[in-house]
Amino acid sequence: MTSKAADFLVYDEAAKVYRENPEQAVRDDVEKHSWKHIGLTILKDWRLYLMLVPMLLVFLLWRYLPMYELLGCFKVPDEVKPVADQLFSGFSYFKRLLVGGAGDSMSTEFWRALRNTFLLSFYGLCFGFPMPILLALFFNEIRSNIVRSTCQVLTYLPKFMSTVVMTSLVTMLVKQGSLTSSMGVISQALSGLGLISEEVAMKGLLNNPAFFRAIYQISGVWEGAGYDSIVYFAAIIAISPTSYEAAQIDGAGKMSQMRYVVLPSILSTIVIMLITRIGSLLNVGYEKVLLLYNTNTYQTADVVSTFAQRYGLEGAQKGLAAAAEMMNNVIGMLLVISANTIARKASDTSLY
Amino acid sequence: MKRKLETSELIFKVISYTLLCVFSLACLYPFVYAISASISGADAVDYGKVVLFPKDIQFEAFAQMFNDNMFWNSYSNTLFLTFYGTIWALFVAILGAYALSKRRLLFRRFFNFFLVFTMLFSAGIVPQYLNYLDTKAVFNAAGITDDKWLVVIAMGMAAMNIILLRNAFEGVPSEIEEAAVVDGATEFQVLSKVYIPMSKSTIATVALFFAISRWNGYFWARQMISNSNEHPLQVFIRLKLEYYTDPEAMAGWNAVYSSDSVIYALIVCSIVPILIIYPFIQKYFAKGVNAGGVKE
Repeated sequence: MTSKAADFLVYDEAAKVYRENPEQAVRDDVEKHSWKHIGLTILKDWRLYLMLVPMLLVFLLWRYLPMYELLGCFKVPDEVKPVADQLFSGFSYFKRLLVGGAGDSMSTEFWRALRNTFLLSFYGLCFGFPMPILLALFFNEIRSNIVRSTCQVLTYLPKFMSTVVMTSLVTMLVKQGSLTSSMGVISQALSGLGLISEEVAMKGLLNNPAFFRAIYQISGVWEGAGYDSIVYFAAIIAISPTSYEAAQIDGAGKMSQMRYVVLPSILSTIVIMLITRIGSLLNVGYEKVLLLYNTNTYQTADVVSTFAQRYGLEGAQKGLAAAAEMMNNVIGMLLVISANTIARKASDTSLY
Repeated sequence: MKRKLETSELIFKVISYTLLCVFSLACLYPFVYAISASISGADAVDYGKVVLFPKDIQFEAFAQMFNDNMFWNSYSNTLFLTFYGTIWALFVAILGAYALSKRRLLFRRFFNFFLVFTMLFSAGIVPQYLNYLDTKAVFNAAGITDDKWLVVIAMGMAAMNIILLRNAFEGVPSEIEEAAVVDGATEFQVLSKVYIPMSKSTIATVALFFAISRWNGYFWARQMISNSNEHPLQVFIRLKLEYYTDPEAMAGWNAVYSSDSVIYALIVCSIVPILIIYPFIQKYFAKGVNAGGVKE
């Protein structure tokens, strides 16, 4: 009830002095012994605690120490001094990013980047998320093992490319045309089918802000849908055949079987995957964006991480860039935690 | 006994087969095209005549690349990073996960939170960059001028993989460990003789995850490795792409193969080794996905 300091010293009205509290002395004694006990346990079991050391060191040095550099968000930059000794500058960077000022386009750019980050993941959630589930349902329909395995291996294939190789391939397939070299083969096909005009295709689809999001999502589905379907497919083949038979006897058609047998069985998997997806709404794979975007497409392609990369690493506005990314990451963390809490309340499935 | 298919079932089957075939072919096509374009003649590629099969076959683009010392150099750098990076990461992860899997570990909840928090929040690119610069300065002061070691030691650790390993270690029955302890095994012997052999497949999966992230690593390798002789393959490919798609640099291009063919040849060369080992690692891949999906 009372705080520790009040416990420790008691004011004696009669003697008009502070007296030591005997109970606190006991508590101190226990605490001292418990630390001694902890020390002894660790000493006795030193091998186990020694094993923890490399992991703690790696995470401390290269995951937690960078967080210390975040102090730079509140400091006047100085090349010579370490971040702790730099002058405090208040929330000026945050103010500049969020509110902006006259003749300063930084806040417009930041809001654009935040919006793009959200939209890229949101579209990924709308289009990229259902695709693996659909694929798994389709795989389940194919009874011939050879056909199914072939299809599965083919759809997993793109996952085995690195981001650099994948983006290089995408870049080449939709590249611009010129007098000496033709446009990429996908651009040719699209303009041949009349889906896009020839001038647009000639200029290169990656130079056109209108196409960036589509290219990002389609290449994402191409790369990941097959591989992501593994987990759903595993859940579907775990369903006992008797469930289907029971449903058939009750007169369920294919659609009703889907609705009442398959979907409930894979629901927990879907929920877990959905939490992960929602949690990482503000965590776009910046490497892919960085490799696909260019000055022409900042309007739709620039996300917060690339914004930070451009101003912090290529430019010299380190504090500003760090502030931008910190806001993004803090909101992202809150999203993960809340998605997880909601899922735990609603369906007893949660990640952490 | 063969059952007659109902109409709805039949329609669904037809749709499944068609869509799956279309999607599978769409997945395959870019690779086929890359191979064809890498071995087609200059005119065929530059005028967009290659659609599926190669035309005017040449192997000069591949030959030019194989004669490039930098290409082999970058390949060996990638192998170096993948090999030592995976070993270092596994070493750290196995020891840490083993300690975390023990219920008698004091402050266990704190250590777990210490790990999980890095999955929830990351400082961001700029602070990490400054941090790596400091690390680099320390490494250089210690006489390690080879930036590859910086990438090996400092990057690529993932809390997720440690948690996977920890869960696997927790699944090992404690009776076996007790038997080993009674026989006088120390902590290290328990780990190496009981735990590691009993969770081989999870360790293989985690090793695969580490190896893949090392093999694919691009951004930090490009930022932190200053000497171009030490660039890994991914950085090499990207630099080549930037060079060969620059119209000014390609203005005087005159060869039996198109400048595009070089890029396609590079892409093919970087995928082939993975395709060769794919059949051997496939089962760990699928297992890892399932293990990653459900956690306690």
